[in-house]
Amino acid sequence: MKLVLTEEEQFLKDTAKNFAEERCPISHFRSLRDNNDPKLWDKDIWKEMTALGWPGILIPEEYGGSNFGITGISVILEECAKTLTPSPLFATGVLGAFSITNFGNDDQKQDYLPKITGGDLTTALAIDESSHHNPADTEMVAKKDGKKFVLNGKKTFVIDGASADLLIVLARTSGNKGESSGLTLFLIDSNDTGIERIKLDMADSRNYANINFNNVEVSAKNILGDEETGGETVENILDIGRIAIASEMLGNAEAAFETTLDYLKQRKQFGVLIGSFQALQHRAAEMFCEIELTKSSVIAAMKAADEGSNELQRLSSLSKTMAGETLHLVSNEAVQMHGGIGVTDEYDIGFFLKRARVAEQIFGSSKFHTERYANISGF
Amino acid sequence: MTNLEKFREETKNWLDKNCPPSMRNGADPDIPVDEVWGGRNAEYKNPESKIWLDRMGAKGWTMPTVPKEYGGGGLTKEEVKVLNEELFHIGAKQPLLSFGIWMLAPVLLEYGSEEQKKEHLPKILKGEIRWCQGYSEPGSGSDLASLSTKAEDIGDKFLVNGQKVWTSYADKADWIFALVRTGAKEPKHDGISFLLIDMETKGVSTKPITLISGKSPFCETFFDNVEVPKKNLIGELNAGWTIAKKLLQHERAFISNFGLAGAVAGAGSGRDVVSIAKKHLGEENGKIKNSFYRTEIASHKIKEHAFGLTLKRAGDEGGKASATASMFKLYGTEHNKKRHELMVGASGVDGVAWDGDEFDENDKNLTRAWLRTKGNSIEGGTSEVQLNVISKRVLNLPSQ
Repeated sequence: MKLVLTEEEQFLKDTAKNFAEERCPISHFRSLRDNNDPKLWDKDIWKEMTALGWPGILIPEEYGGSNFGITGISVILEECAKTLTPSPLFATGVLGAFSITNFGNDDQKQDYLPKITGGDLTTALAIDESSHHNPADTEMVAKKDGKKFVLNGKKTFVIDGASADLLIVLARTSGNKGESSGLTLFLIDSNDTGIERIKLDMADSRNYANINFNNVEVSAKNILGDEETGGETVENILDIGRIAIASEMLGNAEAAFETTLDYLKQRKQFGVLIGSFQALQHRAAEMFCEIELTKSSVIAAMKAADEGSNELQRLSSLSKTMAGETLHLVSNEAVQMHGGIGVTDEYDIGFFLKRARVAEQIFGSSKFHTERYANISGF
Repeated sequence: MTNLEKFREETKNWLDKNCPPSMRNGADPDIPVDEVWGGRNAEYKNPESKIWLDRMGAKGWTMPTVPKEYGGGGLTKEEVKVLNEELFHIGAKQPLLSFGIWMLAPVLLEYGSEEQKKEHLPKILKGEIRWCQGYSEPGSGSDLASLSTKAEDIGDKFLVNGQKVWTSYADKADWIFALVRTGAKEPKHDGISFLLIDMETKGVSTKPITLISGKSPFCETFFDNVEVPKKNLIGELNAGWTIAKKLLQHERAFISNFGLAGAVAGAGSGRDVVSIAKKHLGEENGKIKNSFYRTEIASHKIKEHAFGLTLKRAGDEGGKASATASMFKLYGTEHNKKRHELMVGASGVDGVAWDGDEFDENDKNLTRAWLRTKGNSIEGGTSEVQLNVISKRVLNLPSQ
C-alpha cells in the first residue's frame, strides 16, 4: 500500500481545489448562513458538482458513475472543506452512494444510483438516537407485519436530514438496546406518511434534522442488505463515512492553519511581526507536525478502503481520532493566535472552530474511536 | 526473467551460501550475540559475526547504493528493495552498526574529493574503521556554531587544540569527524571547517562520561596540539557549516527511525507497553484492567501508529533528508520518551528498580533504558531546536 495519490486522484484534488476557491469561497457559506437558507447548501453549486461527476465517484459506470474510489471522493471533500463548502456530497455522494452500491439489490441500484449520479436524489443516513454516537444503542423499533415493517422512534443529528429525499434508517428488528445484532437498515422516502422532520440549528450552520417516525410503514422490499445484519452493514458504511469526514476535517485543519500562518506573518505588535515570537513559533511547528501525522493517517485509511484491507476498521478509527484531535487543537490555536478579531463573527476563522466541534461528533468522537482502536488492537 | 527477478534469484542464492546460521532466523539462542561496530580493535564473541560482516562488506552491501568504485554495492533503488526483502525474509542480522555509514558516508559522497572518497568509503563500508562524531563542545550545545576548537594553519598541516563533548563511543573509535574553527569567531557560521582526524594521532585523548542511566556511551575528547594533514579537510576551508547541517539531517532521520525501530523491536522483546501494563496492572477480557492507563496507552499507540505511517509516506513520496527530518527527530524521540514513561509508570515500583537480586533483569533494564531516553531529545539537536528549525525552514516564520 503506497501512501501517495495516483495521478487521477491528484487531478481530482486539483480540480476540487480550483472549484472551491473560485465557486465557493468562504463568503458563499457566509451568505447561505446569513440568508437563513433552509437547506444551507446551494442548488446551483450542487448542479455544478454533478456536472463534474462528483456524486457518482463511488458509483459503478453502468449506473452513470465513475467508480473512482474512496480516495477520489475524500480528496475532493478535503479541498471543499478548506473553504467550508456546504453541499450534499458527503451525505449523498459518500454515504448514500456507498450504501446502495455495496449493499443494495439490483432493483434498488437501478432505482436510486442513476438518480444520485444525475444529482436528482439526495440521501441521509439516520443512525443516532441520543447525543452520543453508538449504533448498538439503537432503540427504534421496526415491527414485522406480513410483508411490511412498521417503524416507531426518533433519530437525532441526521446529516442533511432536513432536505434529503431518501433516508437510510437503522432500526431494531429484534434484541435490545446495546446489542449490535438484531438491527436492519431500511431505505425510506422522506415524504412517507408518519415522518416528521425537525430542522436543527447547530453551531456550524449546516443541514441537520431530528426525525420522528410515527407508525411509518415500509415494505420488506426496502430493506438494504439483509434483515437482522444491519449492525455489520452499517459499521462498514460508517467506516467509509468516518474516513471521508476525517478527510474533510483534515481540510478544515489545513485551511485554519494556513490562515493563521498568514496572520502571524502580517500582524505587528511591539513593532515586530508576531510570527517572530518563539512562544507562537513552537506552537505553530507542533501544529504542522500534527497535521502531517493526520495526513498520513487519512491517506492510509483511504487506501485501505480502496484496497479492501483488513486493517480498514483500525485505520478508520485512527484517522477519525487523529483528525478530531488535530482539528480540535488547530481550531483553538487559530482563534487564540488571531487575538481579538479571532472571536468576532465578521472574521472567518471562528467558522472553523464551530465546524470543528460539530464534525468531531460525527460518527464518533476521538474518545469513541480511541476506545474502538484499543478494542480492535487488543489493549 | 527480468533483470530484477534475476537479481532476486542471485541474491537468494548468495545469502543462502554466505549468511552464517547464527546470523539469521533459527539461530541457536545459546550463541552469544555481538553488537557489531567494526573498527581496528573490534572484538567478537561469535566468530560468525565477523564472517558475516566481511562477506557483506566485500559485496558492498553494508551500504548497497554506494557506487562500486567506492566499495559499495552499486545497486539501484529497486535492487536495494529486493535485497532488503530477501534479508528480511531470512531474518538476517544487521552486519554492521556504523556512524560512518549513517552520518559520514552520505556527506563524503556529496562533498568529498575523489581521493577522499576512495580512501575512506571502502573502510567505512567494510567496517575496518570505526568513526565518532566531534560536534558539541562544553560551551557549544544547541548553539553549535559558536564552537571554538581551533585548527590553526601551520603550513602543510592544521594544529588542532580544544575539547569536544558527547562524542559517542570516542573511546572505541578509530577516527573522528570534527567541526573546527579555522576562521574568525564572527560571523560564527563562516569560520567553521569539517575535518577528519585519526584518533591515534599524538595529543588526542578521551574520557568517558557516566550518564544518569549509569551507562557511559559518551566521552569527552581532548585535542592537545594535534597535527592533522591538510588533505583531511572535507569541502572548502571555512565552508564546513553547510556540511555540518547536512550531516545533522542524516543524524536526525537516523535517530527518529531508531525510536520507531525501538517501538517495533520492543514489541518482540517483552518490552512492550501493552504487555507490561497487562502484566503489572492486570487484564480483564483482554483489556488492560486500569482504565486510566488504558486510555493513555491507547492515545500514545495511536500517535505512534500515525507517526509510523508518516515515515512510510515520506519514503513513498521519495523523501530525501530535508527540513522534515526535524519533525521526525522531534517526534521519534518524544514518542520514545513517552513510551518509556508509560512503561515505567505501568510497572509501579518495579519500574524504578536499579540493582540487586530482588528485581527482575527486565525491570532493571527498563529503568536504565527509560533514563537513557532522556538524552534522545537533547542529542543531535534538542526538541526545542527542532521546533525552531521547523518554524524557520518549513513554515518560513520571521526571525526576530
